[in-house]
Amino acid sequence: MEVGNMDGPVATAHEVTKRFAKDGPPALDAVSIDIVAGRMTGLVGPDGAGKTTLIRLLAGLLDPDGGTVDVQNLPAVDADHAAIGYMPQRFGLYEDLSVIENLSLYANLRGLPASERDARFRELLAFTDLERFRTRLAGKLSGGMKQKLGLACAMVKAPKLLLLDEPGVGVDPVSRRELWAMVRNLAGEGIGVLWSTAYLDEAEKCDTVFLLNEGKLLYAGEPARLTGRIEGRVYRVFAGADGRRKLLERALNDKDVTDGTIQGASLRLVMKPDVGAPRPAAIGAPADCRIEATAPRFEDAFVDILGGGPPGTSALAQAYRSIPQTQEPAIVAERLTKQFGAFTAASNISFSVPRGQIFGLLGPNGAGKSTTFKMLCGLLTPTSGGGQVAGHDLRKARAEARQSLGYMAQKFSLYGDLSVQQNLNFFSGVYGLTGTRQREAIGRVVEIFHLKDYLSVNSGTMPLGFKQRLALACAVMHQPPVLFLDEPTSGVDPIVRREFWTHINGLVEHGVTVLVTTHFMDEAEYCDRIALIYRGEEIAIGTPDDLKTQAAAKAGLDDPTLEDAFITLIEESDKQREAA
Amino acid sequence: MWGRIYALIVKEMWAILRDPRARVILVVPPLVQLFVLGFATTLEVKNIDVGVYNRDSGAWSTEFVQRLAGSPNIRGLVWIRSPEELRSAIDNQRVIVAVSIDQRFSADIEAGRPATIQAVFDGRRSNAAQIVSGYIERIVGEMGASLAPASASPRSLSVLTNWFNPNLDYLWFTMPALIVIISTVSGLGITALSVARERELGTFDQLMVSPLRVHEILIGKMVPPFLVGLFNASLYLILIPFAFGVPLTGSVPLFYLALTFYLLALVGVGMLVSSLAQTQQQAFLGVFLVTVPATLLSGYASPVDNMPGWLQILAQANPPKHFLIVSEGVFLKAMPALDVLSNTWPLVIIASVTLTASAVLFRARME
Repeated sequence: MEVGNMDGPVATAHEVTKRFAKDGPPALDAVSIDIVAGRMTGLVGPDGAGKTTLIRLLAGLLDPDGGTVDVQNLPAVDADHAAIGYMPQRFGLYEDLSVIENLSLYANLRGLPASERDARFRELLAFTDLERFRTRLAGKLSGGMKQKLGLACAMVKAPKLLLLDEPGVGVDPVSRRELWAMVRNLAGEGIGVLWSTAYLDEAEKCDTVFLLNEGKLLYAGEPARLTGRIEGRVYRVFAGADGRRKLLERALNDKDVTDGTIQGASLRLVMKPDVGAPRPAAIGAPADCRIEATAPRFEDAFVDILGGGPPGTSALAQAYRSIPQTQEPAIVAERLTKQFGAFTAASNISFSVPRGQIFGLLGPNGAGKSTTFKMLCGLLTPTSGGGQVAGHDLRKARAEARQSLGYMAQKFSLYGDLSVQQNLNFFSGVYGLTGTRQREAIGRVVEIFHLKDYLSVNSGTMPLGFKQRLALACAVMHQPPVLFLDEPTSGVDPIVRREFWTHINGLVEHGVTVLVTTHFMDEAEYCDRIALIYRGEEIAIGTPDDLKTQAAAKAGLDDPTLEDAFITLIEESDKQREAA
Repeated sequence: MWGRIYALIVKEMWAILRDPRARVILVVPPLVQLFVLGFATTLEVKNIDVGVYNRDSGAWSTEFVQRLAGSPNIRGLVWIRSPEELRSAIDNQRVIVAVSIDQRFSADIEAGRPATIQAVFDGRRSNAAQIVSGYIERIVGEMGASLAPASASPRSLSVLTNWFNPNLDYLWFTMPALIVIISTVSGLGITALSVARERELGTFDQLMVSPLRVHEILIGKMVPPFLVGLFNASLYLILIPFAFGVPLTGSVPLFYLALTFYLLALVGVGMLVSSLAQTQQQAFLGVFLVTVPATLLSGYASPVDNMPGWLQILAQANPPKHFLIVSEGVFLKAMPALDVLSNTWPLVIIASVTLTASAVLFRARME
């Protein structure tokens, strides 16, 4: 057998099946993929799709139950592990060691000869731009820098195959772009790169994409070919910002529409094949509204391949009480400032959210958006400044303010070792529901979120989509006028995410006010207004379209995405800081 | 407010009891500990060998040796023929004590002069040696007493009466103490994990943004370990008189009064550990850090009165120290209400200080 054949793929998996539970569904079901040198290969799918399992099989850490996994024409388990660079999810770094110590450790583990070390380290540190942080502890690096160091560690002995397990998770868009550019360079040098991701916009940029869902391979090939399938079926409807949520609801209920999202003030609709452009009358849009065809994105195609998005009407919103509307804003932040010792995590953050709107907090990791969020929901006491939630002062009436908000955290933060029923009992009870009202509230969400079959199941063992539904259920049982969502849909598949936003949009139409932090730009598009937080300061505030316009003016971009706007505005702020 | 606290208590009870294994762990290991520790920490010395270096051949020395051989605590006698042999018997731990009988022993007794017996103990086993020395002294005393009417010579005679535990049965002492020690270990463990678990799993934020006030969280988290402690202590209270035959002479309501405040103090310390810890692992190590000194300073292993002054002051802050006195007292000497109360009020202070401190830390650790 010829080893290291450069023409064939660096690694292949053929009809691989892997099961973890005997009776359960397989984690991977007859999946075949090829990783070719010099190309960016994307492994795309929601959490629990089987991405990590496949990567661990390729790294030779697991044995397949069926099928074969070969690296450089040898079974992965026997392959030359020095030729495989593996960067696990969640930083395989030692946080109590410095940058250079981490590198030395990996060099020792991988048997890099001492004579080559200095040169190699210099090269890697220059490449990842970490030279300045040589002696800093890995635990003290930002999320993006940690990923870069992780990449450097995986590269310490130039591998033939580089396996990256969700390198983009927890990394803000700016760092994500830098990391992508670095890895792209490596692929150019003839390394086979597998980049796994739940972000569908990353998938779009790969040379080849393997799309996994629930252990099955849904698509393999160039991303453009997948998006090509729905070419000519994607439209944007410009009917003004007012009433766009109602419009989306009606559009999604239309039989000719398979999928739809909000994009700033406009709607983005994917039509069923052969029905042509959406007709304003059918979706209840004004007859004179502008409708134009637009280029399909990978996510549109992904949802289409899964059979389209959920219907547009939220049963949760229909059963929700109507929140009385007043002119008084629902959430107010007044010069909120938080200092941890000498470090100012948030400085002079001010905004106000009228009732019945969605407000987004955006920003890189560690920029202060979580700190702002936590101050507003009463988890942190502001050093100075103040705020109000539903008319309750954050300093004087904390408990009342907390009673009037529903909170849903970034990670699944319900009680995983309690059953669904016990979780529902607890959260309804804690928010003051008792007796008949409690039973009714629980019955309502069980029906709306289809939780009946799971009632006695430990909530931690449910599929991610159901966890996410349960978390929302627990947050809204007491029908609060204000919802706080901290990266509510990170990791869930686009269908569940759409279902989630259908509920949120419906609730907002009933007068609920929503504060959301997010990394997903398509989530940010649902917001009425956004504050961009960077280095503890609010560097921009406005509607998504405002921010895009600002960025377009500053960087001379034509029709920028929200991510482009995000990056432009941050770079602009850096320039101003340097100039000052 | 009560609805919220009730919901939290139910949730906390489920968190402790939902796992069938966890339910077993709450009850079985403490019971096993009760039996194992009860029998393992015996303070009695049985089955000992005594060396006898008898240089007298008279009747009285034979009488003494027979009394030794007849003692239920002594397994056998080792005959020693020279001082060198005596030395090596002790050195090799063949005997814990060697008695040496003087040549003139019988003659002295006959003549009415004070007679002496020399006893050499193995000081390496000082505790056991002290106890054995007690046995030997008692045998000598008994022999002296039987001689007394016949002799006019002065003899030091003491008649020992042990109040509250006439037969000096060690179980009478260890069992009431074990109630204290075992409930300390399990009570601290459950409480310390409760907040740390939530912090580690990320559910603590969720709890803090709910309308629950800090004192409500505190109450909700205290009740389940309190109930578990109450349950275990009640189980022991029944088992100890019936299974081990230790008399329960005092007032049960008074015992429960002191137990209530003891458990509150304990839960307070546990809560303090829990609010300091960021992870369950830290909480677990924290419990370890507290339990060992708490046990040593409780008076279970060695009397607090024998400790150096500064340590005695420190022991005042140790909840088991106070409750141990009450537990022993209620079991063995029908401790009067006033004495129970005077040992309970320090527990009230410890509970209020620790619980207040953990309430403050709850919030402070969030920032």
